[in-house]
Amino acid sequence: MIGKSEMKIASRFAALALVLVSMSAIAQQDWIRTGTGLGVDKVRLAAADFKPSSADPRNAALLKAFNDTLENDLENAGIFDMVSKSFHPLNVPSMQGQVNFTEWSAPPPNASMLAFGNLNTAADSMTVQGWLDDVKNPQSAQVLAKQYQDKPTSDAARMIAHKFADEIIFRLGGGIQGIAESQIVFISSRSGHKEVWMMDYDGANQHAISKLGSISLSPRISPDSSRIAFSSVTSAGGWQIDMYSLELGRAVSFPRFGGTNVSPAWAPDGGRLAFSSSQSGDPEIYVSDSSGRNLKRVTTSKGPDVSPSWNPKTGSQIAFVSGRSGLPQVFTMESDGTNPQRMTDQGYAVSPAWSPNGQFLAFSWMRKYGPGAPGAQDIYIMDIVSKQWVQLTHDGGRNDFPSWSPDGRHLVFQSTRSGSEQLWTMLADGSNPHQLTTSGGNTQANWSWK
Amino acid sequence: MKNVSRFVSVLAFGGALLLGACNKKPLPVPPPPTPPPPSPTASLTANPNSVQKGESTTLTWETTNATEVQIDGVGPVKTTGSQQVTPADSTTYRLTAKGSGGSQEATARVTVTAGAAPPVPVDTGASLTEEQLFNHSVKDIYFDYDKYDVSPAQQSSVTATAQFLAAHPGIKFSVEGHCDERGSTEFNLALGDNRANAVKSALVQAGIPGDRIRTISYGKEKPFCSDHTEDCWQQNRRGHFVYQK
Repeated sequence: MIGKSEMKIASRFAALALVLVSMSAIAQQDWIRTGTGLGVDKVRLAAADFKPSSADPRNAALLKAFNDTLENDLENAGIFDMVSKSFHPLNVPSMQGQVNFTEWSAPPPNASMLAFGNLNTAADSMTVQGWLDDVKNPQSAQVLAKQYQDKPTSDAARMIAHKFADEIIFRLGGGIQGIAESQIVFISSRSGHKEVWMMDYDGANQHAISKLGSISLSPRISPDSSRIAFSSVTSAGGWQIDMYSLELGRAVSFPRFGGTNVSPAWAPDGGRLAFSSSQSGDPEIYVSDSSGRNLKRVTTSKGPDVSPSWNPKTGSQIAFVSGRSGLPQVFTMESDGTNPQRMTDQGYAVSPAWSPNGQFLAFSWMRKYGPGAPGAQDIYIMDIVSKQWVQLTHDGGRNDFPSWSPDGRHLVFQSTRSGSEQLWTMLADGSNPHQLTTSGGNTQANWSWK
Repeated sequence: MKNVSRFVSVLAFGGALLLGACNKKPLPVPPPPTPPPPSPTASLTANPNSVQKGESTTLTWETTNATEVQIDGVGPVKTTGSQQVTPADSTTYRLTAKGSGGSQEATARVTVTAGAAPPVPVDTGASLTEEQLFNHSVKDIYFDYDKYDVSPAQQSSVTATAQFLAAHPGIKFSVEGHCDERGSTEFNLALGDNRANAVKSALVQAGIPGDRIRTISYGKEKPFCSDHTEDCWQQNRRGHFVYQK
């Protein structure tokens, strides 16, 4: 099985090389799409609207929240060819045993898989039953059967939809963990000050975390989602690393250092932080315990060293940005500072984010920076071993601060393409861009680790 | 056909991403139907590029393939020439050359320093507070793009500021490092820190005790000017002096 897929990949590489050569004569705007699962037939999936199983008047609103969230999660996953709801048969099942398989498996729906179920509200409780059927295999159709219970609130309905979507993605996506329960921390200026905010991965449930009234930047959520490290400024104390406990709902102490202390980054074990500090008089990368103790300086070059990002797979390398050679470039090094490697060879390269599988860096690059150059700032990913890169955004505006989803298949980033700085997600091949925020300016998104 | 985006599907499994480099290899290209008119070129220099207030400098420019040339603040000019100007304040001169092949811009910045202004007489100081004197006498230090060294053109500002501070040993102050809006938030915070520290170092070298000087970086968070122009960006790349009460 593995040998076969390797052969397929090799032959596709040959085809890619051919196309690269033949493309050279074509207009410069052309680009190449590479990425996950391209060319693989996507599973054709129908998500029937769940139905009420009682006459409770609260059902309608809860079902709307549930059905919209489920459809959106499955669409966002990027591994399904979703059947448009206008193709759904009139007779939608609400329980196992009610499915008319040929109605769903024949055109126009032409579905392979069908998700369906029901929601019931009674007193202070909401129950959701959901099934996933292989409609082309009526003899043993059931792939999944789940039941959930929670308070009858729309937040709970959305959370159940996220959980059910993740189950479906796990079963049909070859064992990849879904991201529907993941969260994104970011900076928003909508209150008039730049503060730390948090939202569900799909842009729902946006709420403020910090209320400092100064400038807060660079929030990074801990691997266990219990804490957020960020930096904020006061005129007396300068820029300092702040630590916020999501469990306690308040800031917890972190040591103060001299100089400018910014851009914290969590090691995957959650026990160490890397950040930039100019306590020596020059901005350098330091590594400390997550409590801020056992501080150790790991870079020594004159000029800005900032924006560390750990290799989440090994926890033993750090990517960072350095101005040691002039315009900022992306470097990697061991987490003790040895073996620095320059990764980008030109332009203005910033904001590296190491992929969950350890193989790639996503970063923001003005590749042809300089007089007369177009100066577009786009998201790129680079294969760390070969240093080969692919441009993911081509749609205008300044694109910066990529952050990987836990499954490594999506990126969140900030872009000015809509006219103001807003957060977007896309698949890691650059397709399926999706705007998450609209209110105020929203920047520096960081996706939770799970 | 040429504008059709080519999508290449690459088969991948298990979340692996396949990467293709975009090295363009030379291949025979069919000759274009008609060569477009050549685009204009333009250059503009100011000599000297730093003058004291009241002094003049000479702008010299050259263009090719241009039919219409204009310098902001000067007006329409010949396609090649030179002219004396006496800017009242630091100014970025912008030349626009237009031709049938498009247009091209060139800029030259002239920094005007307070110059040989006499040291503020102590006896008139009675009517001014120390803070007012500070704000009147201390001039911000400006930086080139992505640079944090104090350029020779800014050295006279540093010298004048150091003289004032030496004459007023009780004043404590901070230097804020600022950057223009381009590039990343985090890199600009580090760059602004380098700028603030470069100004501090220059003053320490000029004899001002370091313990009178605090530094702080604002990166691109607190710009002085919000236009998206080089003139504005230059205003934002500075070490800004703030009197400490």
